[in-house]
Amino acid sequence: MTVTDNSTQMWEERFAAIGGLDTMESSAGELVARDVHAWFGKRMVLEHVDLTMERHKVTALIGPSGCGKSTFLRILNRMHETIPGAQLAGAVELNGINIYDPRERAASARRHVGMVFQRPNPFPAMTIRENVLAGLRFNKVKGADADAVVEESLTKAGLWNEVKNRLAEPGGGLSGGQQQRLCIARGLAVRPSVLLMDEPCSALDPTSTRRIEQTIAEISQEVTVVIVTHNMQQAIRVSDHCAFFLAAENEPGCIVEAGSTEQIFGSPVDPRTDDYVNGRFG
Amino acid sequence: METVLDGGLKESAVSPISVSTQRSRPDRLFRGVSRTAGLTTLVILFLIGLFLALQSRLAFQTMGWAFFTNTGWVTTGAHPKFGVLSALLGTIIIAAIAMLVAVPVAIASALFINEFAPRKLFGFFPLKNFLVASVDLMAAVPSIIFGMWGFFVLQPAMKGLARWLSDYLGFIPIFKTGETPVFTSSFLIAGTLVGIMVMPIVTSLSREVFSLTPIAEREGAMSLGASRARVIRDVVFPFSKGGMLGAIMLGLGRALGEAIAVTIIISLVFQPTVQLTQAGGNSIAALIAYRFGSGGPLGLSGLLAAGLVLFALTLVINLVAARIVNRARMAG
Amino acid sequence: MEPIKIKPLRPREFKPSDVVVLALTALSTYSITWIVFHQLTLFSGALGFVVIWTLLFLGLYWLVNRQLFTRQVAIDRFVAALMTLGALLMFLPLVMVTSFVLIRGWNLLSAHVFVATQKGVSSLSDPGQAGVAHAIVGTLEQVGLAALIGVPAAVLTAIFINEIGGPFTKTVRVVVTAMSGTPAIVAGIFIYAVWIQAFHQGYSGFAGALALAVLLLPTVTRGTEEVLKIVHQDLREASIALAAPEWRTVWSVVLPTARSGLVTSILLGIAVSIGETAPLLMTVFGNKLMNSNPFSGPQAALPLLAYQQIKLPLQSEIDLGYTAALVLFLLVFTLFVLARIFAGGRLKGPSFARMRSRIVAAGLGATAMPDDLEANGDGTDFQNQQRPTGQEGELGRS
Repeated sequence: MTVTDNSTQMWEERFAAIGGLDTMESSAGELVARDVHAWFGKRMVLEHVDLTMERHKVTALIGPSGCGKSTFLRILNRMHETIPGAQLAGAVELNGINIYDPRERAASARRHVGMVFQRPNPFPAMTIRENVLAGLRFNKVKGADADAVVEESLTKAGLWNEVKNRLAEPGGGLSGGQQQRLCIARGLAVRPSVLLMDEPCSALDPTSTRRIEQTIAEISQEVTVVIVTHNMQQAIRVSDHCAFFLAAENEPGCIVEAGSTEQIFGSPVDPRTDDYVNGRFG
Repeated sequence: METVLDGGLKESAVSPISVSTQRSRPDRLFRGVSRTAGLTTLVILFLIGLFLALQSRLAFQTMGWAFFTNTGWVTTGAHPKFGVLSALLGTIIIAAIAMLVAVPVAIASALFINEFAPRKLFGFFPLKNFLVASVDLMAAVPSIIFGMWGFFVLQPAMKGLARWLSDYLGFIPIFKTGETPVFTSSFLIAGTLVGIMVMPIVTSLSREVFSLTPIAEREGAMSLGASRARVIRDVVFPFSKGGMLGAIMLGLGRALGEAIAVTIIISLVFQPTVQLTQAGGNSIAALIAYRFGSGGPLGLSGLLAAGLVLFALTLVINLVAARIVNRARMAG
Repeated sequence: MEPIKIKPLRPREFKPSDVVVLALTALSTYSITWIVFHQLTLFSGALGFVVIWTLLFLGLYWLVNRQLFTRQVAIDRFVAALMTLGALLMFLPLVMVTSFVLIRGWNLLSAHVFVATQKGVSSLSDPGQAGVAHAIVGTLEQVGLAALIGVPAAVLTAIFINEIGGPFTKTVRVVVTAMSGTPAIVAGIFIYAVWIQAFHQGYSGFAGALALAVLLLPTVTRGTEEVLKIVHQDLREASIALAAPEWRTVWSVVLPTARSGLVTSILLGIAVSIGETAPLLMTVFGNKLMNSNPFSGPQAALPLLAYQQIKLPLQSEIDLGYTAALVLFLLVFTLFVLARIFAGGRLKGPSFARMRSRIVAAGLGATAMPDDLEANGDGTDFQNQQRPTGQEGELGRS
């Protein structure tokens, strides 16, 4: 689409070194994690994580607290490294290109792999409209029809009808559920290949939760979604595939079992998976 | 919500990759400029200390250690003799009086605004905001204005008090006076004025600290039937100790360094005196203000040396204050 | 049928009967003091009267409350009365000083005063000839230059400390803390020794601006630092996740979010610089004539002019000092009001009020304040960010 073509040109004009990510087109992408390990300081918190997150599908990362799901998620868009002392090993391939290749910039990865956080965090100093366009502004993408982008993104996030008459109001003035949908719209406006969601509904009420789950179903047509969730019912409702993370005491986390949602919840292979999905431990 | 991960110190054959942090040119420029600014601040302070030290070398060379024990200030002529002792003593005396005046009033005011004052008076007047704003305004009033008020209003008003003190409490050495005492231009008046100037700062900061008391703790005390005074004693004070002390030390730093107000009130004498009610006193800041421009190069060097002493004093107070507040933060 | 109006209950700790107790106590102690003073003439003087009255009042108040109620209540009431008196003692000087400046100076204001200088005016001239225009120009130029030099440097330093970090961060922060307590006169004599003596520059408005900048820098740095700290880390993360370059995050997200606090901090720093006299004594030196070039030659300044005039013998000369003081006060007051208006930015609620007072505290030179121990209290804090090892990062605080 126009938006991405322009942005690619901008990138090329400004920066000499072009990695593969910079010239990649945006469409729903496939993420493959290969043998990913993670440390915080000397403590290993993830080991041997291999996972394929298929395009146009919703993959849920489930498992009890503290098993490294969020850490893994943050590795997928190169946010893990922003924590001092954090380290990782392995590769993460987006449509075949390793985002951790030394030639690739972190910012390029984040353009293609967006993130929605646990707590809604719209920029309070910007209006709703500016919030949606923020990602484009940051990456100096011009020329796109801004109004069209705003309407399209807000529609996809299921927020357009509620805010179309108040786009000039500050982003912080909405309810929690609306704020989160605004953040989703903001993330979608840059047309990522993948959208990561870190327990996006945990801070919201049940009605907003349902609305957002609806949104996830709708956007998975265009973006691959990877969602961390504690809520097993939610995983069943929204996801196509699941990966079950577990960390034994004093051990790093890893994926115990991964597969289609029907299989994980219906006929799990590993006994630990069975125990978890049947609520024998949380 | 992820709780603290506990993967353990597992040995592994796999070693971490190093992650590229290429930064774009604008970013590098940005970081460079900011870093320069930060380091410049460092450099400026260093320069202050350095210059003061260098330029005051002459004074120290001439006087040696006697600089700290001499009391007079003769910097010209064949036998210059000067020292910072009386000025230093005076600085401390004024600051002490100022603190005695300021601290009880400031803490009481801070408590009043935060704990006792109704938020709205008569249902509509925003009393608390008004009081806070007034205190802030008072802190912003220029010291020259305080000096003028002190000279034209406070001093005449306090003459009577000084006389009363010397008449009725004259047996106490600090209130004793000579044969024909003059009750103006004294430590007492200067100290009181400086105290009034310092009050708003201490109040403002103390109030800020009091307002940070966790509501949970207050409610705990109240649910046990504590009255307001009780809550203050048992919850607010323990919590605010560090911050209050920091606020007081900050006020102290200001009191030590106040030049104009002191200069206007006090008449400079070099005899170290602890007679608070009668004329005559000294302070390093006032000394610099008065004698600036006279005394030739040796005089300037001497003033710089005195300034160095004052700078060092306030520096120490500030750092100690920061330390106290930090430690209180850790414990609390 | 008339709808029944429901009146809310208003439980009051201090009931009308207690007000009566308070009033009666005050009145009776006043009378006793009056008798002691005027009829028995044991003491004299207004100050003495007030002191005795206060002491008697407190004593009687305690006794009365102890009789009527329990000890707890008596203590509470006594403490409340004490604190109220303390607050009065605090605000009394403020009222007195403000009215002093206004009363003494108001009649002296005229259009003439704003355009004339001391040119051609000597002790023999008629009163009312001189004006303060030269001082106004001087002050505005000096403070303007000081702000021009000091504010960007301060903001950048705060950004360095809070956003960028690095090996020197802690040192810089300690240094800023140390600098923030520098007495004004030390800054003045420092600039004198360096700029005027060593660099042989001579008195000028610029020298004064340098001294003011030295005083301004740590104040604004500390205030800005406080404000930046309050910007939630979440927002920076969201910006990074949108692939923004670092400078963009600071410029488009952090600074705008902190804007109202920034403005307050800057205005406060300026307001405090305007009133400084001591550093100007030895850098700007004063001038009876108009010198609108801040880079050469001594200049006048409002606080300096006031200081110089009030020690002179003639009333007309002292009056000029009052005029200068009043103009100065009005200037400071205006800035102060502006700062408070501007501070009413997009942030509202308890977190905003807290931010404002932290800025003021830092601006007054607070070396460090205890952090919030609780969440913002505005409902968006469901849980604090849980990071396994601390909150810093590429864009983080140190």
